[in-house]
Amino acid sequence: MNTGPHASVGAPGGGIGEMSYVYAVGRAGPALDGLAARLPGVDGRPLRPVEGGGLCALVSGVPSDTFSEQGLTAQMEDLDRLEAVARAHHAVVDAAFAETSVLPMRLATVYLDDARVADMLVRQRSEFRELLVRLEGHVELGVKVYADPRTAAAPAPATVTPSGAGAGRAYLRQRQAQQRDSQDAYRTASELAARAARLAEGVAASRAVHRPQQGQLASRPGVNVVNEAYLVPREHTERLRRELSALAEDVPGVAVEVTGPWAPYSFATAVTAEGADGGGPR
Amino acid sequence: MSESLAGRMPAPPRGAGPAYGQQGSSANLADILERVLDKGIVIAGDIQINLLDIELLTIKLRLLVASVDKAKEMGIDWWEHDPSLSSRARPAQETGNHPAREAEAGTGRNALAEENEQLRAELARLRAVAGLPGSAAADAQAAPAEEEERR
Repeated sequence: MNTGPHASVGAPGGGIGEMSYVYAVGRAGPALDGLAARLPGVDGRPLRPVEGGGLCALVSGVPSDTFSEQGLTAQMEDLDRLEAVARAHHAVVDAAFAETSVLPMRLATVYLDDARVADMLVRQRSEFRELLVRLEGHVELGVKVYADPRTAAAPAPATVTPSGAGAGRAYLRQRQAQQRDSQDAYRTASELAARAARLAEGVAASRAVHRPQQGQLASRPGVNVVNEAYLVPREHTERLRRELSALAEDVPGVAVEVTGPWAPYSFATAVTAEGADGGGPR
Repeated sequence: MSESLAGRMPAPPRGAGPAYGQQGSSANLADILERVLDKGIVIAGDIQINLLDIELLTIKLRLLVASVDKAKEMGIDWWEHDPSLSSRARPAQETGNHPAREAEAGTGRNALAEENEQLRAELARLRAVAGLPGSAAADAQAAPAEEEERR
C-alpha cells in the first residue's frame, strides 16, 4: 500500500469502497460520542467516533471514488459541490465546538480506514493535546472592515452627457470628486480598522490576518479592506462583539462586520510534523 | 443541497445559552471557505489534495468571484461611458480602441495624465473636423511622449 502523502489511491473495483473522512478531533469521552450519534456528515452520512491515544476523531464514511485524489480535485472544482462539502464539514465542527473543545481539521482530510485514523491520533496525541489546552475556553471572532464610497457622499447629480470641448473637463471634475470620496472612505476605513485592532488586542489571546474578500462571495456592498480573526476568551466574546459592531455606527462610508463565534479554525493551523514530512506509518 | 443538508441537521444542542456554535448553516460561504480551505489542522491524510492545488483553487475562486460586475460596482468601468474616449469621439485611426490600455488608465493614472490624454484627443478631433493635415504625423510624435507618461 502506498502511504506517501499524496498517494494516489485509486478506486479498485469501480469505487465500491469507503474511506474515512475526519472532521474534528477532541478528547475522547461521552460528549463526542453523543455528538457522533446524532450529527450527519458530508452527504448526510452518519458520524462515528474513532478513538486513539485518549483522543477522539469525528469521522464519517465517504465513497472511495469521489474522495480519491482525482475525485476530490473534481469536487473542489465544482463550486456547488464544494459549498455542500464545506458547509457539511463546518456544520459538524460548529456543532461539536458548541459542546466541547475540538480542533477543526482542514477540509477533506481523508484516511483509508478507521484504523489509520486511530494510528494518526496516537502519533499526533501530544501535539493535539497541547493545542486543545491552548485553545480551551476560547472562540474565534472574525472582523471585517469595509469601505463603501457610495455611502460616503450624496450620489452625484445625474450627469447630462456633456459634449463639445467642455466634455473632458466636466468629466474630469466629476471624476476627481468621486476619487476624493473614495479616498476618504478608504482612509476612514483604515483608521477604523486600526481602532478595531486596538480594541480586540486588549482582550484577544491571538490574532490572524485573512486576505480581504472580493466579489460575489463577499456578499456585502463596498470593498473589504481588512479581514482578521481574533482568539477571544469565551467570557469576553459578546462584549467585544458589541464594541466592535458599534465602531462604525454613524460613520458614513465604512462598515464593520463581526462574524462568529467560530471554532478556532484560524488558530489551529499548525502543520504537524507528520504533515510536514509526509508521515506514513513508523 | 446545502439547504437540505442544513434542514436535516438536528437543532443545535441547547446548553447554557446561544453564545456559540449557532451558525452552522447560516454563515457566509466566503467566511466558511476561507476557514475550511485555508485554516484548520493540516495533517497528512492517506488521501490528500496537494496543498498547492488548494492554493490554486483559492486563487481561482478569487478570480472567479472578482467578476466584471464587481469591477463596475467599484467604478472602474468609467471608460465605457467616457464620450471622449469612446470610438464616437475618437479620430478614425484610433478607434481600434485598446480596452486593456484604458482599463489600466482607469485605475492607475493620475488626473494630470488623464487630462493630457483628453486634451490630445480633443485636439485630434478638432484637427480632423477642420480637415487639417498631419494628424497622423502628430500622433506619431505623440506616441513616445505617451509612452513616457505611462510610467
